[in-house]
Amino acid sequence: MPEMTAISLTVNGQARTLTATPDMPLLWALRQELGLAGPKFGCGAGLCGACTVQIDGQPARACQMPVGAVGTARITTIEGLQRDPLFERLRAAWLEIDVMQCGYCQAGQLLSAHALLKATPQPDAAQIDGAMEGNICRCATYPRIRAAIAKVAKEAGHGR
Amino acid sequence: MGVEAIDRRSFLRVSAALGGGLALEIAVPGRAMAAAATPAELSAYVTIAADGVITITGKNPEIGQGIKTALAMLIAEELDADWARVRVVQADYDPARYPDQFAGGSLATPRNYLPMRQAGAAVRQMLLQAAATRGAVPLAELTTEPGLVVHAPSHRRWTYGELAAAAAHLPLPDPTRVPLKDPRKFRIVGTPQVGVDSAKVLRGEPLFGIDTRQPGQLYAVFESAPAHGGRLKSCDASAAEKAPGVVAVIPLKEAGGAYALVDGVAVVATNYWYAESARTLLKLEWDLSAAKGHSSEAYAAAAKALLDKGAGTSLRKDGDAQARLATASKVVSARYAYPFLAHAPLEPQNCTALYRDGALELWVPSQVPRQAVGMIETRLGIPAARITAHMTRIGGGFGRRLDNNFAVEAAAIAKALPGRPIQLIYSRADDLKRDFYRAAGWHAFQAGLDSGGRLTALTCHAVTFGTDGKPNRACEMDANNFPAGLLADLAYQQSLLPTTIPTGPLRAPRSNAHAWAFQSFLDEVALAAGKDLPQLMLELCAEDRIVGDHSDPAKALSAFSTTRARGVIQRVLADSRWASRPRSGPRALGFGFYFCHYGYFAEVADVTVEVGDYRVNQVWVAGDVGSQLVNPLGAEAQVRGAVIDGLAQAAAQAITFADGAPQQSGFDGFLLGRISATPPIAISWVPSPNPPTGLGEPALPPVIPALTNAIFAASGRRIRSLPIRA
Ligand code: FES
Ligand code: FES
Repeated sequence: MPEMTAISLTVNGQARTLTATPDMPLLWALRQELGLAGPKFGCGAGLCGACTVQIDGQPARACQMPVGAVGTARITTIEGLQRDPLFERLRAAWLEIDVMQCGYCQAGQLLSAHALLKATPQPDAAQIDGAMEGNICRCATYPRIRAAIAKVAKEAGHGR
Repeated sequence: MGVEAIDRRSFLRVSAALGGGLALEIAVPGRAMAAAATPAELSAYVTIAADGVITITGKNPEIGQGIKTALAMLIAEELDADWARVRVVQADYDPARYPDQFAGGSLATPRNYLPMRQAGAAVRQMLLQAAATRGAVPLAELTTEPGLVVHAPSHRRWTYGELAAAAAHLPLPDPTRVPLKDPRKFRIVGTPQVGVDSAKVLRGEPLFGIDTRQPGQLYAVFESAPAHGGRLKSCDASAAEKAPGVVAVIPLKEAGGAYALVDGVAVVATNYWYAESARTLLKLEWDLSAAKGHSSEAYAAAAKALLDKGAGTSLRKDGDAQARLATASKVVSARYAYPFLAHAPLEPQNCTALYRDGALELWVPSQVPRQAVGMIETRLGIPAARITAHMTRIGGGFGRRLDNNFAVEAAAIAKALPGRPIQLIYSRADDLKRDFYRAAGWHAFQAGLDSGGRLTALTCHAVTFGTDGKPNRACEMDANNFPAGLLADLAYQQSLLPTTIPTGPLRAPRSNAHAWAFQSFLDEVALAAGKDLPQLMLELCAEDRIVGDHSDPAKALSAFSTTRARGVIQRVLADSRWASRPRSGPRALGFGFYFCHYGYFAEVADVTVEVGDYRVNQVWVAGDVGSQLVNPLGAEAQVRGAVIDGLAQAAAQAITFADGAPQQSGFDGFLLGRISATPPIAISWVPSPNPPTGLGEPALPPVIPALTNAIFAASGRRIRSLPIRA
């Protein structure tokens, strides 16, 4: 049976410590040990993307990552992206296009969209779908997710 | 449809607010579902503060349908408020003030459209009057601009905040007589407005039920029987109790059955993960004998036997359909079947509860908290007067949170651990297991055509689930299903199967299945008659008729208007260029129409069929929901969401049972729609001079037959059983 131990993490640029069993998924450590509400629980099986965070800038499913395996990697949640310029552009597009319905999936969607545009500032339609395929939106806000990402990409293109 | 009492009378009460402002209570008549008229109930609470900030407290739960935004827009419009200075807040559950806090049935818009506008207009009148007195000018010389009363001749202006305290002491004008704006002059209603909480969600703020955090909070999971109807025989919790983080293991006894509390064992720990891990260490013995034989295959076989036998209970008998069929020149027969479905909102069921000194406090993401509180009182003996319920934002409803077993479970766990706040969280497997499913169903149809290819008779025998001769929750077939009332010889019958599987309403309840069965069969009938489905529909609707009781204002909205049906059908045919559609090859169009929840929707799907599978290229939607869209951004989002939801349901969704046990336990077995399968969706609104109605549901049903009819047109494969990719 796994034992509780002290674990150090770097979350949104801050050093945090918690006591947990190393097998605890990062999602539950973030939500219930460190008090973050951004990453959400949807399936616990890597199938819905509600728990998406970034680990060293790459989108990752926090429900699939044991907290003991994170080590020194940098974890970013939606709370930690608030002053990021690309996130600010995404947020503006999200609000202007009024993407969200219930909103439950949206933090995960934004984390995936942010990682996509960081790596591929001008994605085509297939690349957008490919990057967002793992994020379920039960309210089916997909048309506006596509539109909001395309808008940010287009504005970045003009800015060049 | 069993609804609808939309009484236009409402009442208002104005009083002075603390700190020198104005407070307004708006009440609209009660639950439309109730048989008798119920007294007016407080719907919204508006304050205008001395600094001009207007706060609108919405009483209804928000499940993502945008109701908080829409109702506030209606009040603000007629008040001529400055929308940038309007704050919208969520009321707590408070039965003394708001007896009907409810989200569902696409009812909020029709019930509130006029009363909310009248309330805003009445307060605007009072502000004008207060300004007339203050400025000693004639009322007729005053106008309003957003948040201001203006006296143009003297260039004077007063903010609403300055006037609010004085206005609060004036007599209230009769709200039914105050002038309302010409909708063409609306500047808030009918313009796109972003949901009032969106920015908070994007900051990751803790708004949802699952985000609730109380000091010392613990987390719980609840293990119930693997099969519906199972009973707990024995529980050995010794290993689970010793697992890391576990605080308590609590066996709970059945009280009220699936809709309230079933047998099970709660594991309470300091983190959900510890509770979930320790649950696997429970050694439980179940008595599953009651669940035996309750399998999808057994239900299908029993339904087939009932349909073979014929004769069910008559729901409707117009003329003599059997005699007509006997003399018809052509008879078309077919059977249709659809499976159980889960709701699977993305936020799993959860509820936070604290029991202390005989009182219970709840943080509950429910579509109808009144029902949760009532159930807890009846089943757990905690008096409703000692229960406080806070309504949280809700991560999707779709009808699932109309039933509140999760709240009863949370309360029972909290009651066993007085003084400790506990949050019950369902795993996704729990969510798919303890759902109230859209019922499976089976239909046998027969239609008669005369020598001229006219439809002359229709019969439908539906098999659904029921107990003691009555259909179970959300199972009954609607006796008014189209084309009832338009055909002289028509008969609908129903037979019932017993079940242990709990059922409940899923977005567009019943319609989500019946639209598909009826419109698919009518597509077959149309082709047998040498025409296409839209042509058959337009023939049936050729005369201007209203089917149902439209003289009774209580039922007028649920009566079916052939005129409105033709309006949306013709529009979608034009939009999709139906007449010039491809007639051969792997790509084809399909059509579907349905009327439910007061909305008229005609939809066309453009589908390509390729090597054993299909792709949806585009969907066209034409909808008539009355004279006015309150929030066009929200309206389009609801329609697109409904269409994508319908396409996903039809494609691959099913919950199947083996001896009462659901066979799908996650998103690998129960497949929700994903972005890559989302086609472009073009929407046209066909306004009609009717009261505005809601949009959460009626756009869903017609897309399913549009899809399956297109698959038939493209491939010759008639889908008579859902899901398509079974
Ligand atoms: S909760 Fe992690 S992918 Fe669904
Ligand atoms: S907005 Fe509700 S799940 Fe995406």
